[in-house]
Amino acid sequence: MPLDSQVPEGPLQQKWDRHRFELKLVNPANKRKYEIIVVGTGLAGASASATLAELGYHVKTFCIQDSPRRAHSIAAQGGINAAKNYQGDGDSIWRLFYDTIKGGDFRSREANVYRLAQVSVEIIDQCVAQGVPFARDYGGLLANRSFGGAQVSRTFYARGQTGQQLLLGAYSALMRQIGMGQVRMFPRREMLDLVLVDGCARGIVVRNLITGAIESHSAHAVVLATGGYGNAYFLSTNGMNSNVSAIWRAYKQGAFFAHPSFVQIHPTCIPVHGDYQSKLTLMSESLRNDGRVWVPKKAGDTRPPEEIPESERDYYLEEKYPSFGNLVPRDVASRNAKQQCDQGKGVGPTGYAVYLDLRDAIRRDGVDAIRKKYGNLFQMYERITDDNPYKTPMMIYPAIHYTMGGLWVDYNLMSTIPGLFVLGEANFSDHGANRLGASALMQGLADGYFIIPYTIGGYLASATLNPVDEHHTAFGESVKRANDITEKLLSIKGKRTVSDFHRELGHILWEHCGMSRNESGMRKAKELIPALREAFWKDVNVPGASADFNQSLERAGRVADFLEFAELLVEDALSRKESCGCHFNEIYQTADHEALRDDEACCYVAAWEFTGQGEAPRLHKEPLTFENVGLTQRSYK
Amino acid sequence: MSKTINLTLKVWRQKGTGDKGHMEIYEAREISTDMSFLEMLDGVNNKLTLEGKDPIAFDHDCREGICGMCGAVINGIAHGPQKETTLCQLHMRHFKDGDTVVIEPWRAKAFKVIKDLVVDRSAFDKIIQAGGYVSVNTGGAPDGNTIPVPQKTAELAMDAAACIGCGACVAACPNASAMLFVGAKISHLALLPQGRPEAAQRALSMLRKMDELGFGNCSNETECEQVCPKAISITNIARFNQEFLKAGLLSPET
Repeated sequence: MPLDSQVPEGPLQQKWDRHRFELKLVNPANKRKYEIIVVGTGLAGASASATLAELGYHVKTFCIQDSPRRAHSIAAQGGINAAKNYQGDGDSIWRLFYDTIKGGDFRSREANVYRLAQVSVEIIDQCVAQGVPFARDYGGLLANRSFGGAQVSRTFYARGQTGQQLLLGAYSALMRQIGMGQVRMFPRREMLDLVLVDGCARGIVVRNLITGAIESHSAHAVVLATGGYGNAYFLSTNGMNSNVSAIWRAYKQGAFFAHPSFVQIHPTCIPVHGDYQSKLTLMSESLRNDGRVWVPKKAGDTRPPEEIPESERDYYLEEKYPSFGNLVPRDVASRNAKQQCDQGKGVGPTGYAVYLDLRDAIRRDGVDAIRKKYGNLFQMYERITDDNPYKTPMMIYPAIHYTMGGLWVDYNLMSTIPGLFVLGEANFSDHGANRLGASALMQGLADGYFIIPYTIGGYLASATLNPVDEHHTAFGESVKRANDITEKLLSIKGKRTVSDFHRELGHILWEHCGMSRNESGMRKAKELIPALREAFWKDVNVPGASADFNQSLERAGRVADFLEFAELLVEDALSRKESCGCHFNEIYQTADHEALRDDEACCYVAAWEFTGQGEAPRLHKEPLTFENVGLTQRSYK
Repeated sequence: MSKTINLTLKVWRQKGTGDKGHMEIYEAREISTDMSFLEMLDGVNNKLTLEGKDPIAFDHDCREGICGMCGAVINGIAHGPQKETTLCQLHMRHFKDGDTVVIEPWRAKAFKVIKDLVVDRSAFDKIIQAGGYVSVNTGGAPDGNTIPVPQKTAELAMDAAACIGCGACVAACPNASAMLFVGAKISHLALLPQGRPEAAQRALSMLRKMDELGFGNCSNETECEQVCPKAISITNIARFNQEFLKAGLLSPET
């Protein structure tokens, strides 16, 4: 099956307008005849649910948490990009488009990215209208800051809690629709399967996490906005409940999975300090605006930072990338930190950390100014590490943060399964092989507020859908599949806990398919993962019963999916014979140790098709063409 | 620097909403002082699982102090002894070797226990559904800079908007009042020009919903402010009262 991206004809700037005109419309009186399921209530899911309900569709929304307000979007700190050019510093829709394409190392679709830059402007207006308390200048106008990788100030923010405030905006819009009866909300539900009728997505099967009951829900279309799969690595900056299960099970029903190996490593996280650790905490990248990254010049220097004189400090990013300095993109910053530590110049008790020092900024601007900008981040750092960053530099190290891969979608954000739409981090689009800071929030809200409301209408208006309800035999089959997995997990009663397996899987992935990869490591991972999966299904211990609030069972199901998915992640990494963005294969590098792309052979989207349990997945390639930006080697020198 | 301590835990165990709960005692041994409180519970649960016992159910997600999902009463204090801290950001260095730690769920009529330390806080969502929003449809919003917001006002609104909806304020209040939560929401939107037009209706309907759901009233105990992980000030309750009075006396809304 050739992958049809459905990108409209015509000049880049006119594609979206033209497409919106060409899409068939659903008559307002007919919208109420349609039911749409939305899974996930982060920025993409909550905004989509609210907007679809505003239009008149009946929406059923599901989330895993106790309240839609707790989706993981809430943890985003730094900000949201928009090409408003309020600062008059040279920004434009074209520049945001260009930066995003280049930042993604030319592995994303031009038309999608341009549209993202276009609607970015409307997102800010929408959020302001909702009462999102963005930072303001003294004159009362919206404030901006520059953010990782960008040379213009286009990032809007609400202290260090931008994700929370944007999510509360979308959540309040959703709550309004629930109050009006237009959305039915199902919290504490986990999607276990996607239900297809006549080849189209027509519903989902979920587990009620409180009672353990398996529930069936039908609809005319299904929207997945279930976030990223970074927790495959066990330690990550993701919330503990973030998982791959919903999109993985959709993959097994026929949705192609694109770019699973494109995972972003965030350069500024609090380093690992113990083997009991459950998560890695991210320190906002905005710190790099005022912070200087350094290590001792001499390997093995264990002196405390205040005893290391200026002449013996290596500000390696500033020296290597003078025009970007500490603001190089995330993959470049991450790899350089690893390089320094590999050379024995890492600091702290483990040697896997570098300093992020705000000393000079504190001297220049004063403690009060720094406290105002970064106070909550400093407080958070001190709480976790027991070190005072006003006095001593912070220690940071890269950690798994965001996943650019996800289900393949066309320009309409529809997967290869008709009627299954995928939004936000759960899809693969827009970020390519690397994501610029402050772009995730932008994509989530763009998809939910401004894209899906149009494209889902186009689908519903042109599809022929027979009436289907929860009694259809397809639901029975999915319920059986879901029940079988649950019963199997509970029957093993082995000797190892779920988190024990999860930790081991994370270790394999981080070691062999993390920040930098090589062929032998990846081959090793391909042997280790199936062996671990086999051990899991023989020796896992899942206590309790299915008809109960059983958190061990929840986790077991997710880890079972991670164990399958991890293999695809490694397979994808192995198949990409180049380095690009965050995908760094050691064979393919320039003399300066930068990622070396192969635009002749690898300028494609890798979309994987499930061919059966235990069978090798089939690779499909969507060629990427760049008509508006020249494919250039990324250079931040 | 990290060291290890041993603790005795007294944990509230309750099978389900209608069941009778009881305290159980567990030993938590060789706990690194760098661990978070939830990581300590992870360790205890690991041991319980391997012993064939039911692990302790507790809610959590981001473990960064922002999602508001975690929370338990530790030695009588919601989110434990450290000020302005969620349970996930409470580290074991604040406990001493040999301490006994009592762990209980939020207790309030409006928050039913689901299991062990997990409670149902959906009442908060219902209060928001009653009016905790600005009525605006997507598309066609005016440019964000057309209505300037004085920086000070935006900061005050942000102070209120920082509420994470964890429910500690309700758990700490002798009346199980939700006034701090609702006050924060009312203040956030009432301070901004975008939220102003509906301020009166919002105050009335949210208050009505709050009463209906079984939350008590505020009697100025200030316990809520003491335990709030985001330092939400009780001045927000004063602003709520002000909005309510304005709505009751001066506006046609009833």
